[in-house]
Amino acid sequence: MVKLFTNYKLAEMSVLFLVLLIAVSSLGLGDIKASNYIQIRGSDTMVNLAQNLAENFMDEYDEYSVSVTGGGSGTGIAALINGQVDIANVSREMSEAEISQAEDNDVYPMNIAIAMDGLAVFTNESIELESLTVEQIGAIFRGDITNWSEVGGPDRAISLYGRQSNSGTFVYFRARVLQADYSDRMRRMNGTAQIVEAVKNDNTAIGYGGIGYTVEDGQAVSGLNILKIAVDEETEPASPLIPENVETGLYPIARPLFNYTDGKPEGAIRAYIDYVLSETGQDIAVHTGFYPVSPEYREFNERQLAE
Amino acid sequence: MNRFKEKMIRRFFQLNGLFVIFVLIGIFVLLIRNSYPAFREIGVWNFFSSAEWNPTSFTGPKYGILAQVYSSLIVTFGAMLIAVPLGVATAAYISEVAGPGVKNILKPTIEILAGIPSVVLGFMGIVVIGPLIARVFNLNQGLNAINGSILLGIMALPTITSLSEDAISAVAKKYKEASYGLGANRWQTLVSVVIPSALSGIIASIMLGMGRAIGETMAVLMATGNSPAMPENIFDSLRTMTATIAIELGEVPFNTTHYYALFAVGLILFIMTFLVNLVSDIILHKYQEVD
Repeated sequence: MVKLFTNYKLAEMSVLFLVLLIAVSSLGLGDIKASNYIQIRGSDTMVNLAQNLAENFMDEYDEYSVSVTGGGSGTGIAALINGQVDIANVSREMSEAEISQAEDNDVYPMNIAIAMDGLAVFTNESIELESLTVEQIGAIFRGDITNWSEVGGPDRAISLYGRQSNSGTFVYFRARVLQADYSDRMRRMNGTAQIVEAVKNDNTAIGYGGIGYTVEDGQAVSGLNILKIAVDEETEPASPLIPENVETGLYPIARPLFNYTDGKPEGAIRAYIDYVLSETGQDIAVHTGFYPVSPEYREFNERQLAE
Repeated sequence: MNRFKEKMIRRFFQLNGLFVIFVLIGIFVLLIRNSYPAFREIGVWNFFSSAEWNPTSFTGPKYGILAQVYSSLIVTFGAMLIAVPLGVATAAYISEVAGPGVKNILKPTIEILAGIPSVVLGFMGIVVIGPLIARVFNLNQGLNAINGSILLGIMALPTITSLSEDAISAVAKKYKEASYGLGANRWQTLVSVVIPSALSGIIASIMLGMGRAIGETMAVLMATGNSPAMPENIFDSLRTMTATIAIELGEVPFNTTHYYALFAVGLILFIMTFLVNLVSDIILHKYQEVD
């Protein structure tokens, strides 16, 4: 009996020791954070952009290294709140709830607009609609309009494709266009590329996503019908394929893309942000399929970065 | 000296065994501790009575687990409809009909099937099975329950086949000889004598395959379309419990209701797979006693 007891005690202590060892080593790993190493996580819409920016930034400045991962804006925000990254790529504004959660964790989010993005709404090419109003698109994605004939299309049920809730595009589109919840019949795809692929192959489909995913050499990807969008019935519908429409705000679903940092960026992070906002950085954004920061947001950035 | 060595070896193995138990208990405690706040904040009744799950809703979070539990069950049930007949028939063929040459090729091949990463199967679901389903059933798309069922069926197949084959091979020779002696042919012997004798082993294998199917994440996440509505038929898109956790855990700030609610979903899932494994264990145990 006594022998058994000591055996167990020994085993118990060894296991405890092992667990402690694992816990301590994982804690230790988490704390290593070289100041010249920048970790970026977030928006899938922005991941290519951030990667291009990071590569060029590292070419120019040998002393810094940058790692970029996607996962969705929500993922980036959660990582920023949990102190796992230096910069979160976010394709929407953080909500008040998220900001207060961050502050509870001693993280003080600050945002800089790094580029503009036009959000395309597209259907399968067999739906020969030219334009819709923002309200009509909202009604379709809310599930209030369920047949194409209700908006002047063929007599077919509508199938909806959108992103998952960790996507900034999902949240931005909901706030800007739906102003209510998505229909629970909408299929939640893993990424914009998957939406494009699904809409191409489904002759009843409508989807949305960053314009960079829907355009090849200035033309719509084959199989897609990119809609012109009007603010309401009185205004002229505008195509997102014409860059000026997005830059002037004539195209109604255009949004700023943000980098969120914990407090005012300093050191390596500041160097990176400055590079992104420089002429070279903005050229890279245009090259990746986005638009330069609008004058309105340029002012916003100056205010944010001012001493 | 020798005795000391033996004692150390014994302790080493004892430690390993205890470690597994410790990990299991640790996971269970972690799940309960993290899901308790969810039940407190959402309410147990709300959690289990509503089918609406939308923690990041525009109007206010909704935490109802019904639709995803139902979705998980329906996909798993469909997978079993595919994998059980196919698996048991293959097992019967391998152990009773096939010659040693065929058997030596077929059994390892089926076991290799278990090694295919689920993300690869999910990819197949998107590019091969989805379009095929759409064409065969004349649908506009193929990311739906049936697609998930086919993939999970493929995943459960090796478990069911391999373990059923073991059970069928273990049936005592004297039963078969008695059956042949009474004038039964091979088919009659297989259906009325061999399979009934091996039934508890076969059922256990089915339960284990089912446990694998319920917990599978990547393939269903990729192939079922992830629409959170309650599915009305097998051609609807749906979102399982595993897919919900996988999609939402990345975006959730720690220690919020949403975070705890995902642990609660994990706890329910754990209890479901635990029960399935427990039942299979009980059946298997009974079977060993009979033998």
